[in-house]
Amino acid sequence: MNVIDRRLNPKGKSLANRQRFLRRARQQILKAVREASGDRSITDIANGESVSIPMDGLREPGFHRAGKGGIRDHVLPGNRDYVEGDQIARPQSGGGEGGSESSPDGEGEDDFHFLLSKEEFLDIFLDDLELPDLVKKNIRQSESHSMARAGYSTSGSPNNLNLVRTMRNSLSRRIALRRPKPEAVALVEAEIHLLEESGDAPERLSELRLELERLLARSRRVPYIDPLDIRYNRFEPVPKPVTQAVMFCLMDVSGSMTEHMKDLAKRFFMLLYLFLTRRYRHVDIVFIRHTHEAKEVDEDTFFYSTETGGTVVSTALTEMKRVVAERYSPGDWNIYAAQASDGDNTASDNHRAAEMMEDVILPLCQYFAYIEVGAEYKDWLGRETDLWRAYKGVARPGGVMAMRKVRVRSQIFPVFRDLFAKDRAPVPTGGEP
Amino acid sequence: MTTDLLFSGADWDFGRLRRTYDAIEEIAKGEIGLDTYPNQIEVITSEQMLDAYSSIGLPLMYKHWSFGKRFAQDEVLYRKGMRGLAYEIVINSSPCISYIMEENSMAMQTLVLAHAAFGHNHFFKNNGLFRQWTDARGILDYMEFAKDYITHAEERHGHQAVEQVVDAAHALMNHGIHRYPRKRDYDLSEELRREKERVAWHEQNYNDLWRTVPKHEATTQGSKELAERKQRLNLPEENILYFLEKNAPKLQLWQREILRIVRNISQYFYPQKQTKVMNEGCATMVHYHIVNRLHEKGLISDGALMEILHSHTNVVFQPEFDDPRFSGHNPYALGFAMMGDIKRICVEPTDEDRAWFPDIAGNADPWGTLRQSWADYRDESFVLQFLSPALIRKMKLFKVHNDADQPTMVVSAIHNERGYREVRKALARGYDVSQMDPDIQIVDVDLAGDRRLILSHRVTNGILLDEAESILVLRHIANLWGYEVRLIEIDAETERTLREFEDVAPTVTLG
Repeated sequence: MNVIDRRLNPKGKSLANRQRFLRRARQQILKAVREASGDRSITDIANGESVSIPMDGLREPGFHRAGKGGIRDHVLPGNRDYVEGDQIARPQSGGGEGGSESSPDGEGEDDFHFLLSKEEFLDIFLDDLELPDLVKKNIRQSESHSMARAGYSTSGSPNNLNLVRTMRNSLSRRIALRRPKPEAVALVEAEIHLLEESGDAPERLSELRLELERLLARSRRVPYIDPLDIRYNRFEPVPKPVTQAVMFCLMDVSGSMTEHMKDLAKRFFMLLYLFLTRRYRHVDIVFIRHTHEAKEVDEDTFFYSTETGGTVVSTALTEMKRVVAERYSPGDWNIYAAQASDGDNTASDNHRAAEMMEDVILPLCQYFAYIEVGAEYKDWLGRETDLWRAYKGVARPGGVMAMRKVRVRSQIFPVFRDLFAKDRAPVPTGGEP
Repeated sequence: MTTDLLFSGADWDFGRLRRTYDAIEEIAKGEIGLDTYPNQIEVITSEQMLDAYSSIGLPLMYKHWSFGKRFAQDEVLYRKGMRGLAYEIVINSSPCISYIMEENSMAMQTLVLAHAAFGHNHFFKNNGLFRQWTDARGILDYMEFAKDYITHAEERHGHQAVEQVVDAAHALMNHGIHRYPRKRDYDLSEELRREKERVAWHEQNYNDLWRTVPKHEATTQGSKELAERKQRLNLPEENILYFLEKNAPKLQLWQREILRIVRNISQYFYPQKQTKVMNEGCATMVHYHIVNRLHEKGLISDGALMEILHSHTNVVFQPEFDDPRFSGHNPYALGFAMMGDIKRICVEPTDEDRAWFPDIAGNADPWGTLRQSWADYRDESFVLQFLSPALIRKMKLFKVHNDADQPTMVVSAIHNERGYREVRKALARGYDVSQMDPDIQIVDVDLAGDRRLILSHRVTNGILLDEAESILVLRHIANLWGYEVRLIEIDAETERTLREFEDVAPTVTLG
């Protein structure tokens, strides 16, 4: 008998099968995931989800007998008081009583439930979205370098010595120049020693002595390791793309912003955050909320504490500018910003906000998204808010700024996709999606 | 006495496993007389157990989305705690591989070793069906080949192309089995002997009267042309996968090979389908005897025995028909009960047993009798032969006749003198493979004309095929065949056509 411990075998043996399964069910999963995102908290979604998809295309058909009709005999255990000839009413479910006739693989249900890991979920959730102009800016703006292996060189510092290469060269050189092997020398020495002891065959002895001398001389002339053999690992500096990003969340918290509007804004911010974390190794978030004055706050305060006051949007932009100057140099950081507001602004500030946007904020940013949130049932068709009008002049085609309106939860994701879809329309100024 | 214990406490380690194995082996070989393949015990984690589940219990399996689907399903059930995992999986191979889980306590490992490494192992090695149909020594090598082949096919022809073929083949898996023994090579002396016997028989039974009986004019099988065609294609053919592999006009070589792989795997599992009750009954019987003997010999503690018996009783629990948990006969329960009953008949038979089982009643060799039955029977014949009136009474078996044309079902036999044979026959019928899979055959193909393939389902007891599913399968057949396919359902008794499916045309071009 052999006992083999297989516990340390590589894990995820069925990973390939799972990928095939996900690929197969892609359309259904995509739909389920999108639907799930409509009415669930995004933080929950990111923790991996149980999704349930219709069985279409996932059935494994086979020739089976139908569940109904025909003549069947069942043998059942546990008779109590039936006697031969008793009539039994047929159970409602049809021919299921026999047990053996029930659904062959237990998949009678229409839906198929399973768990998606966080990674898989986000893969599908954010599939075919792309950050705008990411590559171009990265290279242009990158200032740091990292070293990457780039072959071998004949010079270098000792700690970069490549032993394998060096020894390989040494070996081939020794073979080519016929450097005597230590064993060969030892053999001759042993024989000399033997003959010296016994005193036989003096001619042979002198022959051997000559031979030994020749071997030793050759060993000295052909060194074991020659400077010629030595190789060093070579490294080359390569520009390192900026792999960190900072995301600014700007939100109006003045009295006119309802809980519903804040919820919409929060969802949008979360989506953007998830999306950025997948593209960058490190993502910082800065929360700036404003009334008639702006302040950098932590997440809880940002979403949950209430504040009263007027609405001056440009204060938030000024605050953002200050934080950028203080901590996030545009050379090292990819800067993203998302602003959520109900569109109210002090009339006198609109011009100033637009100006700041144009001159200061947009040049700093990789992307600036403005989300105008509205009350769920308010009919606001036909009327553009002050801020919307002001920003509209700034957001020009092909620029880094995009603006959208959102009124209900289910619009969040479509709007988000619309903003980041790979084949994004070049004029991101449309009204309601 | 405590010093004799093989282990104490729940933890297991490799030393204890080995000691316990040796103690079990002594009982298994010495007292029960089991004859097993060499054992290989592999310890795995629960995640690996889930992996093994999804690849239908084989350690090597090619990649396919359906296994991923099964894994996802099992995983949800397992993580939600709706279903526990099996304690072991055992593979019919030589050496016989038993997977045991690391989470099991030492008592459970003892049970598992006795159950799988000896019970199942003995059954695999000795049962006639397994000996005839499976090659225990070759299966792992074959699976290795199959896995590599399909991986290479995917690399060369793309995932999707391979998937289409495998999907189609899986749909026909149950119809890719040769149900009859393959032809053996002819033995000249044997042939001569048989020839002589036949002549002798003919001479003995010669009766001149037969000469005067008028002969049939022609065959009733239709035209001569049809008969010839059928002969050439070996029709009718019930092994649909085999037929397609050999005769589908458009398939490429690699596609035929994939059909063959699926067919071979299906063939490998064919005996397991027919011996669920016996296989599990044998393993349960063996572990039950072994753990009790271990306890009697003072090798395991009372606590360990209680733990083992607790899970033993869970396994052999048979809910009654009106219990919400009822879902058919539990093969463990039925097998264990029948084998226990055989033991009883051998050792202390009643008059009834002597009347029903004259050749084994009171022969005082229960293990010999059981070994014989494990070797020579499958579920259907085993039930038909050994289900005793005593057990029918004990399980209170009764038979319900369910005719869809009648307003109610009728209890047609119960556990009494008049009913024993009928109950036994009906139960055995339920385990008959020809009853499990519908009888579907390829009956004709018009090679010179439109190349339409015609299949027939011989309907027994008026039970038709599930329509929606059958159309999906027909589509797979059409894709493999490359031309239209038609399915006709014919009543086996009256030869009346009950239903004709519309012709299904191929939807994708393979090959």
